[in-house]
Amino acid sequence: MSGETILGRRPVEILARAALRAATALVLAYIAMPLALVVWLSFMAGEIMVVPPEGYSLRWYGVAWNQDQLRSGFVTSLWVAAVATTLGLLVTVPASFALARGRFPGREAVLQLLMSPLIVPGIVIGASIYVFLVQVEIETGLPLAGSAWGIVVAHLLLTVPWCVRLVTANLVGVNRSVEEAALSLGASPLVTALTVTLPMIWPGLVAAAVFGFVVSFGNIEVSLFLVAPGQTTLPIAILQYLQWKIDPTIAAVSVAQIVLIGAALVATSRITNLGKVV
Amino acid sequence: MAGIRIESLAKRYNAVSAVDGVTLDVRDGEFLVLLGPSGCGKTTTLRMIAGFVAPSEGCVRIGARDVTHEPPYRRNIGLVFQNYALFPHLTVEENVAFGLRRRRVGEAAIRTRVATALSRVKLDGFGGRYPRAMSGGQQQRVAIARAIVIEPDVLLLDEPLSNLDAQLRHDVRGELRRLQTELGITTIMVTHDQDEAMSVADRLAVMEKGQVRQVGTPSEIYRRPADRFVASFVGRANFYAGRAERGIFVTASGLRLPVADLAEGADTLMIRPEAVGLRPAGADGLAATVETATYLGAGWELELRLAGGERLSVVAPDAGEHWRQGQILTAHVAPTAGVGMRTGS
Repeated sequence: MSGETILGRRPVEILARAALRAATALVLAYIAMPLALVVWLSFMAGEIMVVPPEGYSLRWYGVAWNQDQLRSGFVTSLWVAAVATTLGLLVTVPASFALARGRFPGREAVLQLLMSPLIVPGIVIGASIYVFLVQVEIETGLPLAGSAWGIVVAHLLLTVPWCVRLVTANLVGVNRSVEEAALSLGASPLVTALTVTLPMIWPGLVAAAVFGFVVSFGNIEVSLFLVAPGQTTLPIAILQYLQWKIDPTIAAVSVAQIVLIGAALVATSRITNLGKVV
Repeated sequence: MAGIRIESLAKRYNAVSAVDGVTLDVRDGEFLVLLGPSGCGKTTTLRMIAGFVAPSEGCVRIGARDVTHEPPYRRNIGLVFQNYALFPHLTVEENVAFGLRRRRVGEAAIRTRVATALSRVKLDGFGGRYPRAMSGGQQQRVAIARAIVIEPDVLLLDEPLSNLDAQLRHDVRGELRRLQTELGITTIMVTHDQDEAMSVADRLAVMEKGQVRQVGTPSEIYRRPADRFVASFVGRANFYAGRAERGIFVTASGLRLPVADLAEGADTLMIRPEAVGLRPAGADGLAATVETATYLGAGWELELRLAGGERLSVVAPDAGEHWRQGQILTAHVAPTAGVGMRTGS
């Protein structure tokens, strides 16, 4: 007995492989656990969450839909994320061109500044913007604090770092001779950027939009200071609901949110190779 | 169509000169090749003509126009890159149409001109494809069609063949030359490959260290190189140190070789390996011993040692002899075979 198996692998190798598989499965299960639990919870019939559940039902989805607070929070989150992402791209695409192409003093500093919202705690961003808006409101009389535009302004800070990082990374990867070819054929730098460069980094733009949207949609700490009655984002609405009631309604809302974001990510990876552009 | 005139063109990066005073006159319809090793400044020169690099000094004229300060998109040049640089998101047809659309040519005219250009590079029927679905040779032909369809004043080619494999390189360079002659378009090509340069050029400009060493037809450059660098860059060569004495070149070891058109002051003699004739021992010429003999099918490659101790490389066509190591023979160097030059240092 030399320890050889029919497959030509030694038992130690087989054991090692099994151990690797088990460890991988364990980690994946750990990551999937909250998702699975929330989905399970959302279908439980009883008002109180017990295991084993009293039965299964779809009633909490109906309850969630009929909660005005949650529904309007969902709508607010949706358009805030959409506007913040669009504005984010409008700001960062030109900025990324300058950062990826230009050589100017302070280039690195500008890049770090645009990335800095990532390192400032969200609660600090939210609080400072709130204070700022209140000050502006006192000075100018414009009703900014407590308006949804305040949330949009704050969420712009969330989308900008993601967009800058993804768009510059994609721009750096563009073959410069393709742009030079366009210039030699008579396209001005602006026309070259619009007709050649942007279509070439299209996957990066889609990825930037999706990440910006997801980050804004799920944010709670930046929005915390900026919401007002009637102008509440979904995560805040969920928080407020949980303060006086715990039932599977929130699980149902979470499932809806997971499905929405999951669909966006799946759609993106269909258009682009997310693993490649991020 | 127009000629190109470059005057004392220079490009310095901080203290380093990439191009150091290049003056060239390219005639209308001429095919000029900038030949040199990497880092000699040939690509920088081309990029200054194209408008991507701003010269530190000098000017570029296309026809009567001084374009030194014009951006690339106002120069009316056709440019072909080493890596093809096709627009990956556009079909072949739209790639070729790109320059015409920028010029606001009408839709019907675009269609006919694109079709003509594609058929010139033998790509009829490929219009609907995307570049990624084509081979390197086909992509390069699309790039050529895209450059010529705009009827540029000049065509600039930056190492257009170096990404292609050997056989394709041979075919495409033939096509390139044919196309250039048909269109009569003034063309400058950059390459480091002397075979490629020789085979397509009307004239070559050999560059080294940011300067043009010599300009001439391929045969002028090959047969009468101006200096040692040019001589060895365009082919194999034997060099001998010595001095000129009234039409006779005297080598350091005392060999005396009559040389036609020998300039006084020449201190180096160059002899091409294939310019040497081989004769039986005792014939008129230089007595030599075969050190190595290699049969190559089409001919022989011999390393000879001359009586004075010098080595002489010879390439001779296969005339039925069988050369062996140690054999004694006579090497005949005709007066027109040697070229005297001054190395300067």
